[in-house]
Amino acid sequence: MSTVVNDTKIPNNVDLASDKRLQRALEAWQPNFLAWWKEMGPCGFQNDDVFLRTAVSVTSDGWAHFDYVKMPDYRWGIFLADPVPDRKIGFGDHYGEPVWKEVPGEYRNALRRIIVTQGDTEPASVEQQRMLGHSCPSVYDLRNLFQVNVEEGRHLWAMVYLLHTYFGRDGREEAEALLQRRSGDPDKPRILGAFNEPCTDWLSFYMFTFFTDRDGKFQLLALAESAFDPLSRTTRFMLTEEAHHMFVGETGVLRICERTAQQMAEKKLDNADQVRAAGLIDLETMQKYLNLWYSLSLDLFGGEISSNAATYFATGLKGRAKEEQYEDHKALDGTYAMDVVKDGKLAREDVPLRNAMNEVLRDAYIEDCQRGVDKWNRAIAAHGIPFKLELPSRRFHRHIGVYAGLYFDPKGNLLTKEEWEAKKDEWLPSAADKEFVKSLMAKPVFDPKQMANWIAPPKQGIKGRPVDFEYVRRQA
Amino acid sequence: MAETTTQHAPVRFETHPDRYVHWKLDFPAEHDGKVARLQMDVKEDRGMRPGYVLKLNSYDLGVDIELADALQRIRFEHPEVRALLVTSGKDRIFCSGANIYMLGSSSHGFKVNFCKFTNETRLYIEEMSAESGIPSLASLNGTASGGGYELAIACDEIVLADDGSSAVSFPEAPLLGVLPGTGGLTRLVDKRKIRRDLADAFSTIAEGVRGKRAVEWGLVDEAPPKAKLGEVTKRRLDALVARSTRKPFTPITLTPLEAKRSENKTEYGYVTLELSPKARTARLIVKAPTTKQPETPEELAKAGASAWAIQAFRELDDALLDLRFNHPTIGVVSVETLGDPAAVLAVDAMLAKHKDDGLVREVILLMKRVLKRMDLTAKSFFALVTPGSCFVGSLLELALASDRIYMKDSEDEEVTVATSPLNAGLLPMANNLSRLQTRFLREPERVSRVLEQGPLRTRDAVAAGLVTFAPDDIDWDDEIRIAFEERASLSPDAMTGMEASLRFAGPETMETKIFGRLSAWQNWIFQRPNAVGEKGALTLYGRPERPSFDWART
Repeated sequence: MSTVVNDTKIPNNVDLASDKRLQRALEAWQPNFLAWWKEMGPCGFQNDDVFLRTAVSVTSDGWAHFDYVKMPDYRWGIFLADPVPDRKIGFGDHYGEPVWKEVPGEYRNALRRIIVTQGDTEPASVEQQRMLGHSCPSVYDLRNLFQVNVEEGRHLWAMVYLLHTYFGRDGREEAEALLQRRSGDPDKPRILGAFNEPCTDWLSFYMFTFFTDRDGKFQLLALAESAFDPLSRTTRFMLTEEAHHMFVGETGVLRICERTAQQMAEKKLDNADQVRAAGLIDLETMQKYLNLWYSLSLDLFGGEISSNAATYFATGLKGRAKEEQYEDHKALDGTYAMDVVKDGKLAREDVPLRNAMNEVLRDAYIEDCQRGVDKWNRAIAAHGIPFKLELPSRRFHRHIGVYAGLYFDPKGNLLTKEEWEAKKDEWLPSAADKEFVKSLMAKPVFDPKQMANWIAPPKQGIKGRPVDFEYVRRQA
Repeated sequence: MAETTTQHAPVRFETHPDRYVHWKLDFPAEHDGKVARLQMDVKEDRGMRPGYVLKLNSYDLGVDIELADALQRIRFEHPEVRALLVTSGKDRIFCSGANIYMLGSSSHGFKVNFCKFTNETRLYIEEMSAESGIPSLASLNGTASGGGYELAIACDEIVLADDGSSAVSFPEAPLLGVLPGTGGLTRLVDKRKIRRDLADAFSTIAEGVRGKRAVEWGLVDEAPPKAKLGEVTKRRLDALVARSTRKPFTPITLTPLEAKRSENKTEYGYVTLELSPKARTARLIVKAPTTKQPETPEELAKAGASAWAIQAFRELDDALLDLRFNHPTIGVVSVETLGDPAAVLAVDAMLAKHKDDGLVREVILLMKRVLKRMDLTAKSFFALVTPGSCFVGSLLELALASDRIYMKDSEDEEVTVATSPLNAGLLPMANNLSRLQTRFLREPERVSRVLEQGPLRTRDAVAAGLVTFAPDDIDWDDEIRIAFEERASLSPDAMTGMEASLRFAGPETMETKIFGRLSAWQNWIFQRPNAVGEKGALTLYGRPERPSFDWART
């Protein structure tokens, strides 16, 4: 087991002290990262003491060390999962060969692109969420937000470590550029669409951490299979942190469902207007937010039929989630049947399996999402409320891939543009819906004893602390 | 991607802005109509042939035919235009180049012809700037890759939005195992004069170069933030408009060509193309004016597209493209003229006298482009100078563009050739020399001698060096028949290579390098297993398998 060295400026388990060149490069990047964090990180809470988890080693107990820390002093560092001895490449044309400890020249550009695209999402989500602290439903949730934020920052570090270590000058320039792009800035947008969408209310935040961070999980699972071992080790460790983000999303939405359903049953509220009048988020609106963030997140997997995906798989750069569950690791002969639009109708088409790898990953993702939705529905049903949240069709509201530019209802039926325009406010949050959701969150809850009206308290606190523990000590 | 063997409908090259599918041509008010704006907005599902989807503003021949048409119309129909803006109608992409699946499913011959045509069109953009006073700007609101950057680099200036993701790139070599063959490599070093080592690096980075570095390397002229792109584009266009040397004239409308097409014959007004598919030969006949032709630029404007100088050369252009694309097995073409030499010389005299007039300038440039098209057509051309022919002045260029000139040595009838001022450098070849200069590289003094002489009868023409063979009345028919049969029997590949090597003597220009070096290498690569073999990179692009190369180099 590797140990974490905490006596350098940058905590790490990669023996940074012995690589002076890399150490210097990262130490030069660090002030720029901090400047970015201060400018674009959580706005207005930088001097507060936050009860955060910090990794002190990569073992299961070591990475869960909790203490108060001011966010700018968070010990962002570089942690890789321990190497698997004699690890072999698990898929693609190089199946069975030893994994690469260095980047093969012929895959350098493609790998860099993959790492930059992944890396770009990490600071992007911090930027998207930077104002959320001012509308938090509880101190418990505020702390969770900040935990997510600092860990996204650390994930950026993880990708920057790879760029600095293995990609030379280009890598350093890309690492700088990661700090220069800004979510939602038309001049220098983040690379992927969903990461330029505003995330300015807590319902969106929970949906984001449930759906969009779950895309992150599956991307990381696919990269954890990579033949490039440093990428595999980095992403395997990141997955442990990502799990918490999805916990925040899953329980956040669950607690809203719980609260709304419980109040509906108790106060006999039976329509959305009554629910809203009681200061709660109606389940219909929940469904719309789900539709939005789910469809935006589906786009992140890329086109259904993709030559890049085929190349990445063939070359061993990016596999399938949990590759060991498959029998055929070359995937050269198989096909994948998918629905495409031909002459205005949906038609089945067989696509070579390697070209359909994005869709294979998307399938696993959808299945995973469904498990969470089922939990939410059980909570609603427990109060006897006859409402079920549903994942819309994967064709609904897509901007990338074979369904982009076409119109589908949540069941996946093809619509005309006119039909879509007439109905879209029934399926996606309208301006009025957003206005309403924001109105519930106009005032933040900074008293540890309080919980906003529209959400149920969590079942338990963090690391054995009570729910009303002072997870964030406000300095103001 | 198997080459398709199905017979396609013939390719036709005429279109009109009203019918454009993939381009929008307009003249924005913010520049008082002085800027022609060409916006590329390719309709994915409107490819010229089935089997591929034109994603991400990728193009096929149909897209480029519209571009070529637009450029021609800007010249003749919009004398008020003083600058050209090329941009994209799509949000985050400028143009991603020639469609790979289209290339992969095309025959070798079609690929070569496609590249030749697109190369010619790119050169027309540069000629508009150099000769017509219409400088150009490519405003890249998104990534320009492959042929997309080659389109941009054909413009005088390039601005690229610096949004952290938009790049210029040549991914052909690293991704497809082929070259950026639409002049891209040549223009990097010869036009933008980018250092060869940087050009080398650029051409192997599949994802390309963005923003600041693209400016540092000289790949683009400016990379403003996206929000400033419009402002920078406008500022640069204003400067281009200000430096334009365009001369005003009365616009003329390029009316549709009238052609009577039957199976083996196309009859235009002044041009006839007659095919003998079995013999693999054709006759290309150009007639002299038969009606009174304009004597002043004003009359020329009034006559418009029906003036002989415009109509005949537009028809000739169409016939040459028809030969290239629709009649691949025709190997030898007899080039013939018919009519009154004096009528041709009168037109030439008018054009030469008023060569500084805006419209006349465009007419001479049209002739020049069509003659270059002939220089670059991979057919053996034999000019036949006979009694009744009119190889004089501008039509003498047809003979000089031919691989051989046969002139009848007749006892009874007069056979002549003659020069006009148009032969003295107004219709240069790609090497920037006139056809006479290129012909007489060994004895340059012959050029002025020929230009000073009047009409030359056969023996004098032979002495002047204008004639390859001069069979007499008795031998003529047999000699010509045998010459054509012999030529048509030789390897078409060898003839293509031989002719292309012999036609362009003299100095190199960027243009000769593009066609003689870049295109030749590209056409070689297009035949090689590493590109188009079963495991070639072009074959396997987009497929699940990875290419595998034969590593031997020479």
